[in-house]
Amino acid sequence: MVARKILQELGFETLEAADGQEALDVCKQKMPDGVLLDWNMPVMDGLQYLVELRALPGGDTPIVVFCTTENDIEHIQKAIEAGANEYIMKPFDSEIIQVKFSQVGLL
Amino acid sequence: MKPEDFDLIRKILRERSGLVLGEEKAYLLESRLVPVARKHGLAGLDEIVQKVRTAPAENLLVDITEAMTTNESFFFRDVKPFDLFRDNILKDLIESRAAKKSFRIWCAAASSGQESYSLAILLKEAAAKLAGWRTEIVGTDISKEILARATEGKYSQFEVQRGLAIQLLVKYFTKEGEQWRISQDLRDMVSFREFNLLNDFTPLGKFDVVFCRNVLIYFDQETKKKVLERIALMLPPDGVVFLGGAETVLGITDKFEPVPGQRGIYKLTGK
Ligand SMILES: C[S@@+](CC[C@H](N)C(=O)[O-])C[C@H]1O[C@@H](n2cnc3c(N)ncnc32)[C@H](O)[C@@H]1O
Repeated sequence: MVARKILQELGFETLEAADGQEALDVCKQKMPDGVLLDWNMPVMDGLQYLVELRALPGGDTPIVVFCTTENDIEHIQKAIEAGANEYIMKPFDSEIIQVKFSQVGLL
Repeated sequence: MKPEDFDLIRKILRERSGLVLGEEKAYLLESRLVPVARKHGLAGLDEIVQKVRTAPAENLLVDITEAMTTNESFFFRDVKPFDLFRDNILKDLIESRAAKKSFRIWCAAASSGQESYSLAILLKEAAAKLAGWRTEIVGTDISKEILARATEGKYSQFEVQRGLAIQLLVKYFTKEGEQWRISQDLRDMVSFREFNLLNDFTPLGKFDVVFCRNVLIYFDQETKKKVLERIALMLPPDGVVFLGGAETVLGITDKFEPVPGQRGIYKLTGK
C-alpha cells in the first residue's frame, strides 16, 4: 500500500488491518497514536469503525485521518461528525499526507 | 539557445517584472515560451526571439513576462505566519483600530489567491470580534491570467489539500465537478487587481498589513530594496510586512527589522 510506505518514510511504525473489525481489535489491545482509515472495507467500513472506536475507553485519543476515494462533501461531513480529525481525498501524494499529518499534530 | 538570445529575453524579464533569470533556469524558457509562441502564431523559441528583436508587440512582451512567473502558492503557506497573524497581528489590530473599526491588508504577490483567501478565512473565523468593522483584503499580481484564476476561486483537489484543514474546506467551499470553489462570502471579502511591483505604489493607498511573500526571491538586491522601501511608505508606524520563508530585510534595507520571536514578520524601524 502506498500510504504505508509513505508513513514509514515519515518515521512511523505501522500496523495494518484488513477491515474495520480487525482495526478495532488492534486498537482494543493498544491504542495507536494515529489511524489512517479507508472508507470502503469488508466486514466493517471505516465510518462504522470510527464510531465504535470513539466509543471505546481511550478511543478518543487516536488521531484519525480518513484516506479515501469518497470525496464529496456529504462523506466528509459524516466523517467529521463521527470524530475524524482530518480527511485525505484520493488521489494524494506524500506531500499531502505530510502536510495533513503535521496539521493534526502527528508530525 | 544562443547566449545573445538568452540575454535578450533575460533583459526583457528584468526590466518588465524584476525577475532575475539565472543561467540554471534557461531550460524553463523552452517549456514556458513555446506555448506563447504558438499563441502568437510563431513556430518556436527562435521565432519569438527574432520577433522580439525586430518588431516586438506589447502583448507578446506581456505574455513572455507572465509566462515566466512562478505562480506556486498554497493555502496557509508555511502555517506559522498565519497562526501569528491570527494570534498577534489581528488581535493588535482589533485593539488599536477599535475607534475607526477598519483596516486594510495587501497581498502584494497574490498569485492564484490562496494567500488572500487564507486571510479572508481567518477574518471570517474572527467575525464575532469584527462585527461592524470594514476590512479589506486587496490581492495584486503582475499576471492577469493568474488573477483570473484567483477571482474565480476554483481549486483542484490537490490544491485544497495542501494546507487547508478539512473543517475549513467543508465550511467554506463547495464542490463543482472535480473542482472546489470558495464561497461567495469569502470572494466578496477580497478584491484582486493587476499591479506590477516595479511601479509607483501610491495609487493603491495605505495598508495596515502587507503580505509580500515569495516574490522578492526572484528579484535582485536593488529591486528588493526598492519594493520594501515603497512598502514602508504605505504603512502606518505600527504596520507590519510578512515575507516568505527564504526572504528577509536584513542586509537589504534599514527601514524594517524582524519582530522578535515572530518569524517572517517585520516592523518599521522609523529610520
Ligand atoms: C510564488 S508566487 C507567491 C504567491 C503567494 N504570495 C505565496 O506566498 O504563496 C509569486 C507571484 O509573484 C508574481 N510577480 C512576479 N513578479 C511580479 C511583479 N513585478 N509585480 C507583481 N507581481 C509579481 C508572480 O506573477 C507570481 O504570481
